[in-house]
Amino acid sequence: MSVTRRGLLLSLLALPVAAAAEADAVRAAVEEVLRGRAAAEGGIEITAPRVAENGQQVPIALRVPDAEARAIHVIATANPTPGIASFRFHPGIARAEVQTRIRLAESQRVIVLAELADGTLRQAAVEIGVTTGGCLA
Amino acid sequence: MTELASRPRLRVPDRARPGEVIEIRMLIDHPMESGLRVGGGAAPPRNMLSRLSVTMNGAPLFEAELKNGTSPNPYHVIFVRVDRTSDFAFAWTDEAGRSARTTARVTVG
Repeated sequence: MSVTRRGLLLSLLALPVAAAAEADAVRAAVEEVLRGRAAAEGGIEITAPRVAENGQQVPIALRVPDAEARAIHVIATANPTPGIASFRFHPGIARAEVQTRIRLAESQRVIVLAELADGTLRQAAVEIGVTTGGCLA
Repeated sequence: MTELASRPRLRVPDRARPGEVIEIRMLIDHPMESGLRVGGGAAPPRNMLSRLSVTMNGAPLFEAELKNGTSPNPYHVIFVRVDRTSDFAFAWTDEAGRSARTTARVTVG
């Protein structure tokens, strides 16, 4: 591969722009849940590996230990698109907990938002290292 | 609604005591297609699961909106309180509107 000086400079200039666009997408995904409301930090238990070998199947458990939750949303900060999943709980669910497996493209922070039954919101995040990314194409 | 050629698998207890909290595990065959082709062939069209919904005795119990960060063969675990003999229905739907369904009954008493 031949790298021209101009091409290299242009790609270096484009890097921060791409990163900013990504951050905007994450902010938009968070705002879609918050809709102008504020979320309290913490109060969500997240069980995930510190380093996941396979980004295609990253086990994660999400739990609001001390309150009833209506929904839990999971947002990726460094996937091609931020959406991972939204879970909704209805009467009959014994506790605000869901265990699943998610797909991560690279090491990143995963944001978890919980909507509680009393209308308040909580936010937590976890850093997950990924050895082999879950996105090939 | 057409059928989705994926096999759902459940792990649900047959019996429970009144008020017991049971664990429901759900898995569906839905492998991830990498989209890569040797020699530059055309990639297959996108086909992802978009939704998992669970009802208990006909009422909504749990829903998952599955987005791009969904793993292949997605797996979900939830915890449910059963007060009486209950029928559960599970449906996975993909972006083309096809769905795979299955049911389970938990006998209480």
